[in-house]
Amino acid sequence: MFSPKGSFRHGIHPPTGKDDTRDQPIRQFPFAPVLIVPLATMADHPARPLVVEGQRVQRGQSIAEPDGSMSVAMHAPATGVVRRIALAPTIEGKMLPAIFLEPFPASSQVITGGASCDTSASRDEVIEAIRNAGAVGLGGAAFPTHVKLAAARQRPVDVIMINGAECEPYLTTDHRVMLEHAADVVLGIRYLLKASGAEQAVVAIESDKTDAAHAIRSAIGDEASIRVQTLEVKYPQGAEKILIAAVLGRHVPSRGLPIDVGTLCFNVASAAEIGRCLATGSGLVDRVITVGGPPVRKKGNYRVPLGTPLRFLLETVGTDDDVEVVFLGGPMMGQSVSSLDIPIGKGTTGVIALGPSETAGIDRQRRHPCIRCGDCLNACPMFLNPSHLARLAEGGQYQAMAERHHLMDCFECGCCSYVCPSHLPLVQQFRIAKAALRR
Amino acid sequence: MLRRTLQLRPSPHLHSGASVEAIMMNVAFALLPACVFAVYHFGLAALTVLAVSVVTCAVTEHLICRMQNRPTTIGDWSVVVTGLLFGMTLPPSLPLWMVVLGGGIAVAVGKMLFGGLGANPFNPALVGRAFLQAAFPMAMTSWPSTSPDRFTSLPASTLAWPLMRPEQGPPATDGMSGATPLGLWKSEGIDTPLADLYFGSVSGCVGETGAGLLLLGGLYLIARRMMNWRIPLAILATVAMGSLIFTPLVEGRRFDPLAMLGSGGLMLGAMFMATDMVASPMTSLGCVLYGILIGALVLVIRAWGGMPEGVMYAILLGNAVSPLIDRWVQPRPFGPPARSVSP
Repeated sequence: MFSPKGSFRHGIHPPTGKDDTRDQPIRQFPFAPVLIVPLATMADHPARPLVVEGQRVQRGQSIAEPDGSMSVAMHAPATGVVRRIALAPTIEGKMLPAIFLEPFPASSQVITGGASCDTSASRDEVIEAIRNAGAVGLGGAAFPTHVKLAAARQRPVDVIMINGAECEPYLTTDHRVMLEHAADVVLGIRYLLKASGAEQAVVAIESDKTDAAHAIRSAIGDEASIRVQTLEVKYPQGAEKILIAAVLGRHVPSRGLPIDVGTLCFNVASAAEIGRCLATGSGLVDRVITVGGPPVRKKGNYRVPLGTPLRFLLETVGTDDDVEVVFLGGPMMGQSVSSLDIPIGKGTTGVIALGPSETAGIDRQRRHPCIRCGDCLNACPMFLNPSHLARLAEGGQYQAMAERHHLMDCFECGCCSYVCPSHLPLVQQFRIAKAALRR
Repeated sequence: MLRRTLQLRPSPHLHSGASVEAIMMNVAFALLPACVFAVYHFGLAALTVLAVSVVTCAVTEHLICRMQNRPTTIGDWSVVVTGLLFGMTLPPSLPLWMVVLGGGIAVAVGKMLFGGLGANPFNPALVGRAFLQAAFPMAMTSWPSTSPDRFTSLPASTLAWPLMRPEQGPPATDGMSGATPLGLWKSEGIDTPLADLYFGSVSGCVGETGAGLLLLGGLYLIARRMMNWRIPLAILATVAMGSLIFTPLVEGRRFDPLAMLGSGGLMLGAMFMATDMVASPMTSLGCVLYGILIGALVLVIRAWGGMPEGVMYAILLGNAVSPLIDRWVQPRPFGPPARSVSP
């Protein structure tokens, strides 16, 4: 059934930039003076607050309940008092409702738990527990986990993918989580197997993390339903469709979802948090992120309370004075922020800063017309023609891009822009085109 | 700390470091061994032709940019490559005014008229050469014989005045005859030894006589991943295998594969002309088809054409077809197509 190849055609090999942080153990991050807990992990689906201004809350206590099928519960990341419920900035530039929480100076790191859910619970009970734990995809998209699992109620899933590829440069959070919390990961996988009805789980790990693969293998023991698959170190190996093809040999159709080929994808960090939360009955109150980039002093992997503002985070780790860019996620797909008042959210995998020498390196490059070298075609993992798409984009022919040239298959990995010797903004234009078409 | 205004930048925040300048500069470097050999082999005449060609091309591009009120584009090095390639396709004794005229046409008509870098449908150097071939067929097929004083004096024809009949140089008395290996092979049925073909002691255009050095330069570019190896491989393989088929087909002449590969402008054309990124297809399969087409055309012209050599026309025809190849051969996107009805 499987045709394990462990790699894919096209893609790129950017410098990994992981050496600074891959050996840094996860450290607990202190509480900020004010934590900003957004009510929504996805913009249009906020949760309903359960607390009022002035109310005291315990770390781990549920402070918002799911409202609508796409929303998940939120939990207090610290013991403290709710100062206000108001609009807070988000990375997209929108203002969205959030709970401003002021931790008590003596707020302890102990998380208040609730009723635990063991693996003998029914399938629906596990899905509901995952939703009440506030679990979303921690790989970046922050898509609610229970929504994926509910889809598996309608359509068969025989194998689930646990994504530990971590192909983005600089990021080492998944690596550390697998290494230090292998038991949580495996426990989480058991819950996910139960909730999805799948018979098998494959943990996919890039081959530069042999220690992590080893840790997971030891935690699995002789459990036949879970196996580890190592993959070539290549970007974007961890993209859902690419990963499924590399491990299972199944090709998700254009504009389709993994469930179309009988599988679901979960990030290893999501699995670890599900294992942790469901076993103790607590909710998601913090997450592991990589803080790095040349201007950052104490680079490393930190378990950061959700809602920690970027300013507090960067001031605590220390940076050079001349930080030019701060982005959330890895350098290939990470979004840069305009404000340091944005909080760390459930989907934040890393906070990376760049200084003037890094930005100048890119700004110095002169833009030229496309010389049709074809490098972008040989980099695109979706086998699109970025050069031709860019020509259409310049003429504003967005409809033609989508209808005849598969624009919507582009998942914005950025390989085309990375390789372009003319330094054309390829993926940048495709993003604009896709946004214009969605409207 | 963190006093600066943060920049909003779109991802990716990394770049491979590849640049048009680096590619073009490396192509120029890759051509240098063959150019140096040409100067050794043909003397001052080759040096003059190459220098005049490069300078003419660069000046033409610069002036046209100025006329268009836009910053000059000679800094991207592509015009240096065009200049070198154009000079390498000319007979070493060509009158310099023709070099200037052809170089101007190459850049003005072959490149700038279409919009400059990235917009030329044909290889500009070959456009210039095709113009000269049509306008001055005699001068373009007069080959000097190498003489011992080649480093001290220029052939009489080099400094001829425009549109005057060039003085005929003294007939070749020593050194080798003025005919090119392909000319000898086609009109007189004489084969040239392989060692001479690959290591240069033959007559021909400035840059086409050292097939071995051209191959070396091409391999350097392939190793640096600055050239699509599929194009030269397809051309050379087609010519080599086609030679075996053509021998029984064409009466009275033997198509020796290695001689076919090493003679005329084939190595220069396959390695450096046909691989002009702008005028060749973009997909891997497209490049292979394009190479096969050019290889086949080279053989057909060599077998039945009016002239001994046909690499130039073969590549120009290949350039003309490449947009069509690009239209036919598109990459097939990942995964099965989207279903028209969602479940």
